[in-house]
Amino acid sequence: MSEVIVITSGKGGVGKTTTTANVGTGLAQLNKKVVLIDTDIGLRNLDVVMGLENRIVYNLVDVVEGNCRIKQALIKDKKYPNLFLLPSAQTRDKTSVNPEQMKKLVDELREEFDYILLDCPAGIEQGFQNAIAGADRALIVTTPEVSAIRDADRIIGLLEAHELKDIKLIVNRLRMDMVKRGDMMSIEDVKEILAIDLIGAVPDDEQIVISTNQGEPLVGSNSLAGQAYTNICHRILGEEVPLLDLEEKNGVWTKFVGLFKKN
Amino acid sequence: MGFMDFFKKKNSGDVAKDRLKLLLISDRADCSPDVMEMIKNDIIKVISKYMEIDAEGLDIQITQTESDGNNGSVPALFANIPIKDLKHSKNN
Repeated sequence: MSEVIVITSGKGGVGKTTTTANVGTGLAQLNKKVVLIDTDIGLRNLDVVMGLENRIVYNLVDVVEGNCRIKQALIKDKKYPNLFLLPSAQTRDKTSVNPEQMKKLVDELREEFDYILLDCPAGIEQGFQNAIAGADRALIVTTPEVSAIRDADRIIGLLEAHELKDIKLIVNRLRMDMVKRGDMMSIEDVKEILAIDLIGAVPDDEQIVISTNQGEPLVGSNSLAGQAYTNICHRILGEEVPLLDLEEKNGVWTKFVGLFKKN
Repeated sequence: MGFMDFFKKKNSGDVAKDRLKLLLISDRADCSPDVMEMIKNDIIKVISKYMEIDAEGLDIQITQTESDGNNGSVPALFANIPIKDLKHSKNN
């Protein structure tokens, strides 16, 4: 049984693409067959975060327009043979694809893959409509900031209007030191405001920047963010995993261990 | 609230939460400032038929209130309408 999951947020820059890359890679690590689709036509990004930018031949628009077969456009991941990327087109715009075409494409991919992850563009225009068209579930990524949460709330409303009911929340870029002194909203605050179920919280971790620099998602690594993403993947599979203690690992011991670890 | 709390500045995280709560109520109710202004003007019109009110001092907003029903808090239209003269009435 395959599932189509859209990763969306409304606001830009909160971590949709990073989340897609890490959750996708994490599900592949758990032996699922996964395809990631970059639906941000005109602003292609998922390929660089995955480190696959040099292997692109065909893209999403080529597939939709029938210039190539789906298989020809799918790029196999460097590490995981069961992980694929369908890149977006860089020189076209959002109107090159419509929701019906996206739905058809996604339904074809269902036959081949366990999980189809759609990286949604920012905003609520056609790109968003395309991305949610064929989705069964949605992951809302937000940061504990007023602007991001406001947009997330709007997105939740639009998804519900679209009859997409399985909506889960990822609170990204948490800084526990700031939460502790009361200068950042906590996970509970965000959950209470948005009134949807939490599927994971990811700390603000500089390892994310490093992993993006290298084009290798950090899911599964020893970093806090890496563990947080792995936990999210387990929860997507329906397993119950307790919430990671984001504070614990920030102590002296981790810093000490960190001294001996590269990356 | 304790005595010392009076002097303590509110945490910015709490400020954010409070601002968002109010903001999202009006966002969800899909009430633009224009619509709110129209509601306000209509309220003034209706109430003015029965009593003299301070139109300048009238303030309406959508807030959250505890419902008697099962689902906790619900949005409510809160109107603060200062009355200038109760006896004023055109209809009598």
